[in-house]
Amino acid sequence: MKINHNLAVSESGFLFNPGSGESFTVNPIGAEIIAMLRSGKSRAEIIDSITQLYQVDRNSFEKDLQDFNGILKTYNLLEKDE
Amino acid sequence: MSKPIYTIAVTGLNAIDSPGPGVAVIRGLREAASFDVRIVGLAYESLEPGIYMHELVDITYLIPYPTAGVDVLLDRLTYIHSREKIDIIIPNFDAELYSFMKLEAKLRDSGIHMFLPTFQQFEERHKVNLSAFGERYGIDVPEGISISDSSEIHKHADKLDFPMMIKGKWYDAYVAYNIEQARTYFNKIAAKWGLPVILQKFVHGTEYNVTGLGDGEGNVIAAVPMRKQFITDKGKAWAGISIDDKKLLDLTTRFVGATKWRGGFELEMMKLSDGRYFLMEINPRIPAWVYLAVGVGQNIPEALALLALGQKPEPYKTYDVGKLFIRYSWDMIVDRSEFENFSVKGEL
Repeated sequence: MKINHNLAVSESGFLFNPGSGESFTVNPIGAEIIAMLRSGKSRAEIIDSITQLYQVDRNSFEKDLQDFNGILKTYNLLEKDE
Repeated sequence: MSKPIYTIAVTGLNAIDSPGPGVAVIRGLREAASFDVRIVGLAYESLEPGIYMHELVDITYLIPYPTAGVDVLLDRLTYIHSREKIDIIIPNFDAELYSFMKLEAKLRDSGIHMFLPTFQQFEERHKVNLSAFGERYGIDVPEGISISDSSEIHKHADKLDFPMMIKGKWYDAYVAYNIEQARTYFNKIAAKWGLPVILQKFVHGTEYNVTGLGDGEGNVIAAVPMRKQFITDKGKAWAGISIDDKKLLDLTTRFVGATKWRGGFELEMMKLSDGRYFLMEINPRIPAWVYLAVGVGQNIPEALALLALGQKPEPYKTYDVGKLFIRYSWDMIVDRSEFENFSVKGEL
């Protein structure tokens, strides 16, 4: 799960893909996950961080992260080899 | 050091829902770093808004429609030149380009410069010839057929399938979902723009455009790609954002290199979900959204004016990515006497 390196991400959760011109907004948790992806954290590390920081059980978050990954993929926001 | 002052005549001062590029071109010229300008507007109708934008246009003259013929146009331009000493003309309509191309040599003899595509470039990129153009230069274009009789639609319906694009040779395009709609649009377009009418395979995707400038020797002087963010019911971009897409820029370089394109242009592209680009149209002139290019660092009107004067402007290499243009229509309050003056005297 590697985020497209060209993606411009602002702290407010606004994403801009300079290659396609598309823009998106994500909620604060989404922004946090994207920040972790950009810093090179693995899927397991993201799950560890989020489940430690927030009241969410591991299984639920794993499923949510999988969905989020699917959305990022659909909108071509992940590196091509993902 | 003081800058030279050029008198530049510009057409396309209209601003209906598919606005002419003239006003945007003038804004670029006014912001030119290498020269100052005096702008002479050339208008076909007395309600073209640019005529009344005195902060942008110094004086405007009425000119005859292309249907009046090149001799009538030449007479009018000669008169205007005798009054204004025009250095450069930048025509901005597809439909008028042919007349200006025919007059290019004569006007040059009188000291008026232009930088237009050659007849060959103008013809081979024409919507009617786009399929052959794509084949010749190895660029994906949607399959298209020119027809002159609506009965021919039926013959090509199986091959092109519905929905199908029905396009006029100069302007207008409609999506037809069945043969009845296709016939209706054929008749509508034929009545307005004449024959032939183009049937084109419908390509589903996201619309991207590139505006640029070729120096006539195969070099790209400027190129800015844009994604349409907001589209009017005529398919025109009312908002757009500059993007950084290597594929689009490579395609533009290939287009300019292969055709040795001379002058401003706009490539209308469709990006498919698999990432492939289809070239939908090549407009042989600067588009109405050119001010985005100026705003992101590539002053295409300025560079075009320099090329017209025989200078060699440095090719633009960069531009700001992620800048938007958002269009607005503006109601000007104009005194009746101004409208009257232009309507009666043909100049303001």
